[in-house]
Amino acid sequence: MDFSDRFSIPPHDDPMLYASIVAIVLTSIAIVVGVTYFKKWGYLWNNWLTTVDHKRIGIMYIISALLMLFRGGADAVMMRLQTAVPDNTFLDAQHYNEVFTTHGVVMIFFMAMAFIIGMMNFVVPLQIGARDVAFPRLNALSFWLYFTGAMLLNLSFVVGGSPDAGWTNYYPMAGPEFSQHVGVNYYNWALQISGIGTLMTGINFIATIIKMRAPGMKLMKMPIFIWAALITNLMIVLAFPVLTIALLMGTLDRQFLTNFFTTSDGGMDMMWANLFWVWGHPEVYILIIPAFGIYSTIIAAFSERNLYGYTSMVASILAISALSFLVWVHHFFTMGQGALTNSIFSITTMLIAVPTGIKIFNWLLTMWKGKIRFATPMLYSIAFIPLFTIGGSTGVMLGMASADYQYHNTLFLVAHFHNVIIPGVVFAMIAGLIFYWPKMFGFMLNERIGKWAFWNITIGFCLAFFPMYFTGLNGQARRMYTYSEATGFSTLSMISFIGTLLLAVGFVFLVYNIFYSYRHAPRNIGGDPWNARTLEWATHSPVPEYNFAISPTVHSEEAFWDYKENDYELFKGKVEDIHMPNNSGWSIIFAGFFFAFGFFFIFHVWVGVIIAFLGIIGCLIYRSFEKDDGHHIHKEEIEATEKELGGAK
Amino acid sequence: MKLDPKNLPLEYSTETNKLNILGFWIFLSAEIMLFATLFTTYFVYVDRGVGSGPAGAEIFELPPVLIETFLLLTSSFTIGLAVHAMRINRVKAMIWFMVVTLLLGAGFLSVEVYEFIHYYHIGATLQTSGFTAALLTTLGTHGAHVTMGLFWGIMIIIQILRDGLNARTANKSFIFSLYWHFLDVMWIFIFSFIYLKGMM
Repeated sequence: MDFSDRFSIPPHDDPMLYASIVAIVLTSIAIVVGVTYFKKWGYLWNNWLTTVDHKRIGIMYIISALLMLFRGGADAVMMRLQTAVPDNTFLDAQHYNEVFTTHGVVMIFFMAMAFIIGMMNFVVPLQIGARDVAFPRLNALSFWLYFTGAMLLNLSFVVGGSPDAGWTNYYPMAGPEFSQHVGVNYYNWALQISGIGTLMTGINFIATIIKMRAPGMKLMKMPIFIWAALITNLMIVLAFPVLTIALLMGTLDRQFLTNFFTTSDGGMDMMWANLFWVWGHPEVYILIIPAFGIYSTIIAAFSERNLYGYTSMVASILAISALSFLVWVHHFFTMGQGALTNSIFSITTMLIAVPTGIKIFNWLLTMWKGKIRFATPMLYSIAFIPLFTIGGSTGVMLGMASADYQYHNTLFLVAHFHNVIIPGVVFAMIAGLIFYWPKMFGFMLNERIGKWAFWNITIGFCLAFFPMYFTGLNGQARRMYTYSEATGFSTLSMISFIGTLLLAVGFVFLVYNIFYSYRHAPRNIGGDPWNARTLEWATHSPVPEYNFAISPTVHSEEAFWDYKENDYELFKGKVEDIHMPNNSGWSIIFAGFFFAFGFFFIFHVWVGVIIAFLGIIGCLIYRSFEKDDGHHIHKEEIEATEKELGGAK
Repeated sequence: MKLDPKNLPLEYSTETNKLNILGFWIFLSAEIMLFATLFTTYFVYVDRGVGSGPAGAEIFELPPVLIETFLLLTSSFTIGLAVHAMRINRVKAMIWFMVVTLLLGAGFLSVEVYEFIHYYHIGATLQTSGFTAALLTTLGTHGAHVTMGLFWGIMIIIQILRDGLNARTANKSFIFSLYWHFLDVMWIFIFSFIYLKGMM
């Protein structure tokens, strides 16, 4: 391929791509003009782009995640539209490959990961009664590296072409021989850069949770979400380096023609699959465990009961996280590693159902005899239980190695993992977003519109994915861009497409709800609009910069509930000067150099790579010599703020 | 090591310092996973990934590897002495020990570069086989870490010269010593399980 051909804009001759390029350019211009017109550049720079405040970083993660949800969602609609009728010609094979690949990559790495990390960012310091995370600057850098990765991947479909070997990116398919355009280079570098950010988040949150809990919050008195976050971040630290190395090897194979994953000269293509899933299976639990934490929080709050079986919940999380590192082979039972290996991994896989089952029963028993309020976050949590159980059961089916020969790489698998990820992770994130919305922005989202969104999303989900169980069992392979009338898949595929549309309508309701509530919802809702149980509700909504004027003292995992119901004294002591970290533009500049580094590397522009690398080194040196001791918010200032917000807390 | 809470060494003296040290230990656990992945890959490729290229026994030579090992192990000792000098507040001795550490590190790197050139000349390049790719990537990752450590160490020495020994610079030096010891431990694994095992 000619050097200049690599940059072809657009990669294929396709009217949709031209339309998206125009849309991207117009949106960018609109944003720049809008911000300039309203004179918001200073505000944006000082309050958001340079912030080190965990709440704002969390919100930026969540906004990015929602944007990526729409990007990935658009891909999903295109795929289901293509397969809605047999022999459709809406997308060609190459375009379909790129669409399902970017759908997976965007949804897992840039939507779900960003959503859970955003949620942890916002909630964790508040729930442990801290004022920020352990390393606020590193936290900002994590976000900007993630954002860099997301932007790189999204650039791929207009410059050079998107990755097209599936989100699992198996070799030799993803190697230089069979995927000749730069798409998989984008995959390698986008994930590498955002992966560094994720690893830093992991380190940051472990240190935060170990060292910065409120006085009295012993390990077994941590709210369950904090346990979930701690274990999740531990898994991030242990799993992500494996991906780092796998991506490095992929990069060497593609860009320096090594023989890691080739089929000649001692290369082993299955090594990629192994490394990918050694990271990839813990990754699945990195997504679901925080979701479990959010459900536990919400179900306890809306049942007005404490969480049933706290200790067994903690034990289950630990068991699930340990097992998750021991099951990776179940992703390729059919690859011929022999009956013994398959049996071992089959057993470890099915074992995961035990701690998960314990959690399901704990949630049910938390609701039992509780005073259940059917607010939207609770609706998502209630819908989650049966839907996730179905997804889990089909997972056990897939975990049986001998039976897996029938299910492998069919739509049955696709139905299964969407069945655990959508009601598991996505429902939790939406529920969490609605639950924490008043804490983030100081007003509630409209319940009526929220319920419309809920029903559309839930029914849409069932319609979209349950048919795939049936067509999958009948042998419909995943990742096929079309099928013939004679297969008999057309009715169920059409139903699936209709379900996808309902899901899309549900998300439109979700966004409309934000717009509507922003305009109409009452402010001054107080610190605790849901009558909830944990520390984050003990401070104002929205939360002041310093979180708590007085650090809370804790004696149980529901100290705030005891403060409300049992006259427990939460805030002992008086207001003092608070030490806070300074904002800094360093992180975004550093990430900017990473963007350039990744982009030039993808296209083999070595001069650019060297310049960007020197920029990265320069940033590191600057940071090494920088002295940033933060600043103090003075007592008088805090008292004034507290008075304005309605009394000291 | 049990620290007396009333009489903490300088590098532990502030909350930020304690967080930094804990954070770095967590980072090192990620580094362990990183190298564990490289070693696993290497062990998979060492026999089955040779293809038509050379095997380990055909290309490994003891002298350069021994020199590298001596240089790096000694540097781990000298960075230990540097931290000891820091604890007893002998700034000048500390800086000298750090300089010696970095010089030994640079010596290690030069021999490693020589070794890589040697491999290139005898036809064991990154592209030769799965085995050579795994070997050179593992060694290269370790070497890149040492290189990174050299620059980091120089930055810290400049800061100690400029600001003297305080909570900030002591903290940085201590964390740097953790990093340097870690690289040494990784080298012991490389030396034992890649070179010695490969030459047997």
